[in-house]
Amino acid sequence: MKKKQHDLVFWLFLAPAVIAFLMVILIPFIMGIFYSMTDWTSRPQPEGLQFVGLLNFIDSFKDISFIYSFLLTIVYTFVNMIVINIVAFGLALLVTSKIKFDNIFRAGFFLPNLIGGLILGYIWQFIFNMVIPNLPVISAIFPAIAESGNLMLATRDSAVMAIVIAGSWQYAGYIMMIYVAAIISVPEELFEAAKIDGASSFKNLIHIIVPMTAQAFTITMFLTLVQSFKQFDVNVSLTGGGPSTQFAGSFIRGTELLALDIYNTAFTANSLAESQARSVIFFIVLVLISLLQVRRNKKKEVEL
Amino acid sequence: MINPKIRKKPLLLEVITAFLFVLFLMPIFIVVINAGKDSFAITANPLSLPEDWLQIFRNIATIWTDPNLRYGSSFFASSTITILSLLFITLVAGQAAWILVRTKSKLSQIIFFMFVAAMVIPFQIVMLPLVSWFRIVHKFIGIPLLRTYAGMILSYVGFGMSLSLFMYHGFIKGIPLELEEAATIDGCKKWEIFYRIIFPLLKPITATVLVLNGIWIWNDYLLPLLILGKGNAIQTVPLAVANFAGAYVKQWDLILTAVLLAMIPVIILFLFLQRYIIKGMVAGSIK
Repeated sequence: MKKKQHDLVFWLFLAPAVIAFLMVILIPFIMGIFYSMTDWTSRPQPEGLQFVGLLNFIDSFKDISFIYSFLLTIVYTFVNMIVINIVAFGLALLVTSKIKFDNIFRAGFFLPNLIGGLILGYIWQFIFNMVIPNLPVISAIFPAIAESGNLMLATRDSAVMAIVIAGSWQYAGYIMMIYVAAIISVPEELFEAAKIDGASSFKNLIHIIVPMTAQAFTITMFLTLVQSFKQFDVNVSLTGGGPSTQFAGSFIRGTELLALDIYNTAFTANSLAESQARSVIFFIVLVLISLLQVRRNKKKEVEL
Repeated sequence: MINPKIRKKPLLLEVITAFLFVLFLMPIFIVVINAGKDSFAITANPLSLPEDWLQIFRNIATIWTDPNLRYGSSFFASSTITILSLLFITLVAGQAAWILVRTKSKLSQIIFFMFVAAMVIPFQIVMLPLVSWFRIVHKFIGIPLLRTYAGMILSYVGFGMSLSLFMYHGFIKGIPLELEEAATIDGCKKWEIFYRIIFPLLKPITATVLVLNGIWIWNDYLLPLLILGKGNAIQTVPLAVANFAGAYVKQWDLILTAVLLAMIPVIILFLFLQRYIIKGMVAGSIK
């Protein structure tokens, strides 16, 4: 019996999945870690690759723009997580409060999620550069906002906020649907009991909805954390990394998040090996985040 | 609802929600109205309705055959890549998940764990080596994977495999074994059992897998940029819009028309399949 377990069908059924996985993920992944410790560049290297140990990692940490991108990504991720979750949870409360047309509202809030990040970045670039400065209200009350130097995308802090706004617009409806699923599954009896006790809507929120949807918060926090940390498409099409800013004495691209920094290190600076080293660091951070998440989930299950 | 005070509240909430709804859809509305103007009208007032809606067709006619955009052929390439990738992802992940669930051995556990663990690998760490690996494959085995449909589809099957296999695996675990045992007694071959009996049962999870992968593949920008490259006869819609926007900087009438053309297929699909799409995406997140 045991011998027949791994028969021909077993291997035939697995083969396509394993081959695709090896070709696209495993082999490039192993190559990637190897390349991060070589002098790989985009120029032809007829004498072959030289092993350089951890030099690319050291160079990365010596590079002000990498440190800046790293810090900026942490700040962006933090702000983005908070904004997305507040907006999403607020919308979820609204569309589950037994109002009319709730299905249409849900679909409308969800819709931006289907538009790709790249396309979405162009839409918001138009809004920030063309629509807002041309609003009649703006020209009447705050004409200074319409000056080209004061546009949303012209200064560093507001440009980062612009990425947060565009990113939240894209993702909040999706996160909202996760909250909606959690809120709907709260037993109706709890609200009825609270009603008899004369609890206010606010008390319902604090004492029933929030604790009963705690599991959903773990999911949404993790999703928004990873999503924000990996942000690339909106960054490319909305700001392209600009405007330039001064950091630790040198001028660098002010809104270049980690994923874009990795891309530019490879394709603008042509340092493939160093780009690879940065992506290994990026990977390690993501592994740490995932481990934390798994550990938290395990702990939660025990408590339940 | 006997208490008049309670009746008042939903109305207020409805007004707030409706206001937010309009605000949320405003960017899309702005794209539509400005795709129907020329650039002078946009600068004059980006919030006014177009004077002549026919301008939208003139704009489309201007950009349709533009060498950067080539909307017809880009749309064809995006559709081909998305549909074929989805077809292979569902079949390949479904059959692999089934055989892994039904084979209770150490090896099958290790293989499953390998797929799941790979979910933390970000695209950035494999993107450069993937390109050089595909070049090596072409040089030594002769299969062209760069700048081809084959390379794109293989890549999406590989990148989509972990999550899809994981979701199928979870679903198949809940299907009772008796069905398959009865079929075996009737003389059904193993592969027949999967394709005749099991795969049709997987419809709900297949819908989720299709939605999650479909939206991601249709909108993806970085992978096509790296695999297909620039100046290729094959280009996807996001790639086409990026090329176009790069070539027509600040010509917002044309850029927004391109953006509109890129959004329309997804929005139409959403209007028809709304329930499945939302359900599928939420189900995918909770895994």
